[in-house]
Amino acid sequence: MKFKYQYIFLLAIMCLATACKKDTYDAPQITLKGRLVYNGEAINLEYNQVPLELYQPGFGKTGAITTTFGQDGTYSMLLFSGNYKAIIPNGQGPFRWNENATTGRRDTVNINLTGDQTLDLPVTPYYLIRNPQITVSNRVVSASFGVNKIITDANARDIQSVFLFVNKTQFVAGANDYKIASAELAGNAITNANNVSLSVTVPAISPTQNYVFARVGLKVAGIEDLIFSPVQKLTL
Amino acid sequence: MKRAYKAIILAAVLTTGACRKDNEYLDVQPKQVIPTETLFSDPVLVLSALANLYDRQLDFSSLDNGWASFVDFSEAFPSENGSSGIVQRNGWGYGEWGTWDYTYIRELNLFIQRANASTTLNAADKARFLAEARFLRANYYFEIVKRMGGVPLITDPLEFTGDVVSLQKPRAKESDIYDFVISEAEAIKDQLPASSDEKARATKGAALAMEARAALYAASIAKYGVNTPQVSLPGNEVGIPANLANGYYTKALAAAQQIINGSAGSYQLYKEIPNLSENFASIFYDKSGKNKESIWVEDFKTGSTKVHSYTVNNQPYSSSEEGGDAGRLNPSLNIVEAFEKLDNTYAPLATTDANGNPIYYTQQQDIFAGRDARLEGTVIIPGGVFKSQAVDIWAGYQLADGSIFSSSDATALRELPGTTQNIQVIGRDGPANGKEFRTQTGFYIRKYMDPATGSGRRGRRSDVAFIRYRYAEVLLNAAEAAFELNQTSLALGYLNQVRSRAGLTTPLTQINFDRIVHERRVELVFEGHTLFDMKRWRLAHVVWDGNQMSVDDLKSNIGLATKRNTQPWGLWPYKYYNPGSPNNGKWIYKEVKPNLVTGANRFQFGNYYSQIGNDILSNNPKIVKQPNQ
Repeated sequence: MKFKYQYIFLLAIMCLATACKKDTYDAPQITLKGRLVYNGEAINLEYNQVPLELYQPGFGKTGAITTTFGQDGTYSMLLFSGNYKAIIPNGQGPFRWNENATTGRRDTVNINLTGDQTLDLPVTPYYLIRNPQITVSNRVVSASFGVNKIITDANARDIQSVFLFVNKTQFVAGANDYKIASAELAGNAITNANNVSLSVTVPAISPTQNYVFARVGLKVAGIEDLIFSPVQKLTL
Repeated sequence: MKRAYKAIILAAVLTTGACRKDNEYLDVQPKQVIPTETLFSDPVLVLSALANLYDRQLDFSSLDNGWASFVDFSEAFPSENGSSGIVQRNGWGYGEWGTWDYTYIRELNLFIQRANASTTLNAADKARFLAEARFLRANYYFEIVKRMGGVPLITDPLEFTGDVVSLQKPRAKESDIYDFVISEAEAIKDQLPASSDEKARATKGAALAMEARAALYAASIAKYGVNTPQVSLPGNEVGIPANLANGYYTKALAAAQQIINGSAGSYQLYKEIPNLSENFASIFYDKSGKNKESIWVEDFKTGSTKVHSYTVNNQPYSSSEEGGDAGRLNPSLNIVEAFEKLDNTYAPLATTDANGNPIYYTQQQDIFAGRDARLEGTVIIPGGVFKSQAVDIWAGYQLADGSIFSSSDATALRELPGTTQNIQVIGRDGPANGKEFRTQTGFYIRKYMDPATGSGRRGRRSDVAFIRYRYAEVLLNAAEAAFELNQTSLALGYLNQVRSRAGLTTPLTQINFDRIVHERRVELVFEGHTLFDMKRWRLAHVVWDGNQMSVDDLKSNIGLATKRNTQPWGLWPYKYYNPGSPNNGKWIYKEVKPNLVTGANRFQFGNYYSQIGNDILSNNPKIVKQPNQ
């Protein structure tokens, strides 16, 4: 049989005409983003630990659209327009947020999304870290900071510990991959809440790098998530 | 004429063949389905239906789940490169360990309903079958409540009549499920045979052992739940009020004592072999009538399809009956050093003296001398024996200058410095980092290993039974319940029985919570208790705290309930090579964290109760979510 190259053209045209149909739906394109704030001040958390769940009722089965807050307390999601209900699940985060006065359980907030929206979520942290000063000399990282008790009513909680974490990447927290060195001070050993000091020696880093990242974390008694100061890059 | 003849024949055929009654024509018994009435008229058929339900029981670690279900929680290291994730992850997903098998529960409920309705079974058979199905249902609810907390308690088969809402049941309280397990056990125990020879089917002993364990779990959740108030829900779907603790401890003790005083059959600790380590190991492979310790087992049979590969997967590499298929489950030094010394004290395995110099041992096993006999009954130590072949575990030569002289494989021969002869410089069973199927911690597993010839071959495999309840655990449950009820001497009595069987013949005179935790750990390790024990004592987030484990962490605080246990460590033997030194040829040991261990287990509050899937939550809006999720 003689090969007819016209067939190739024909095939190509068929493919072009039929295969590249547009998808039925566009990808979600509306950005919902924001931060966790207390009086306009960002709340710093461990990366990928505190979730934010969005529910969109009215489409049969419901399931959460889940994201987590970044280290600096920011979140961002790409969504379709519509009405959503948002919740930070109970027991998550070193703060109080939108608790129902009678049950003590968290309530959802309604979000009506029609276009790009920046929505900061106001929370009340148990504590805040004030004026963190983190310095390094001779591979010893020293931090001094104040601790400010924000919740002082019946819901107040004690400090379990304060930590200084050092890591070689910008992810700094208590989890295994997020620290190469840490120092801990028990809450009941804090004598002056306005001036707490911690220091830790940076171990040898392989491959060598001449900088580390550090920040201070505070663990509230009975709460899993720590509250942090902003990450700081230090040159050794 | 001929045509008329044909017509007559045709008429005859039509009248005889076609004119059967319509209902007779359609009424044909199916050949592949046994109708319900037929099934529930014959005890043999009922038993075969019940066998299917037995087979669907869920265990945490079990021999048919494979070796990997034993390996987690830093008590062992997985020596299979495809499974390294177990020691490289930093924690567990919230969905891990979840179960929601309401298909199984429905079929159990249907079985109970239909067996109840049967009029042709004789009364004794019927009572036993019903009790067995109720036992299986209670035991599965116990398994669910351990993992999920309170769940909808469905005890009748639900029928769909067009109304979905009536089928949507809310979660029961966690304590309600435990109460159900306890009350079912009490209701059925006298319908079941009270015999220690019946192992694979439910017995009175099994029902009471389930009751004792369930009541103990409920009691400790009530007592220790106060340490983690976040792990609870306002409707008590998760969490049990603290004031119920004593009631549950009392029930646990009473149920255990019914087994101990012999009212359920002549159960006793297994003491058949003079060598105490061999004796301990054979509890798990002796299926003869001499074994009065196992109470309820999942049985296997060679030559059938119900066999398992546990021995194939975990046998020592050098004596493997199946080529390279071996050595996956390597117990960690963490668990090995937890076995105490015969004077009832804890001590790390002595690798260095007070000045930090290595200790030289003449015989390889000397470092393990004078320890709890259960050590060698649970793990195969360097120089230990399995199927009368000694394992060859050593990591290389240590030279006089302190350097290590080794190779990656026993077949890679090398010349020692100053010699000209190629010799083997590493054990045939390892350890070397990353060399899968041989030990990477310095130990092999012994518990549940089958000594029968051929058990390590894929073609035959093993029929060692998985023990779900055994008498030693009943004693430990009784000891814990008695201790929590301040009946110290009673608790000590039960605890010392278990300990003296293991060769710890000096009785303990003091008991505390750490002792209880320790005893359960060393007696019951690799039997699927670790996770649930740590959860009910609310210790899981303490011992698996996500921090790396240093050698100091490893060697200190042994025997403490709150000891960190986030990474599996190994203990590698080396031969000392220094001709001229009196120590030449002796053994030294080093604590080693296998290279593949990079993660550190972190147990979060959200791990205490497994996540309920979104499909379940959206199918049934009455289900409340787990705490911290």
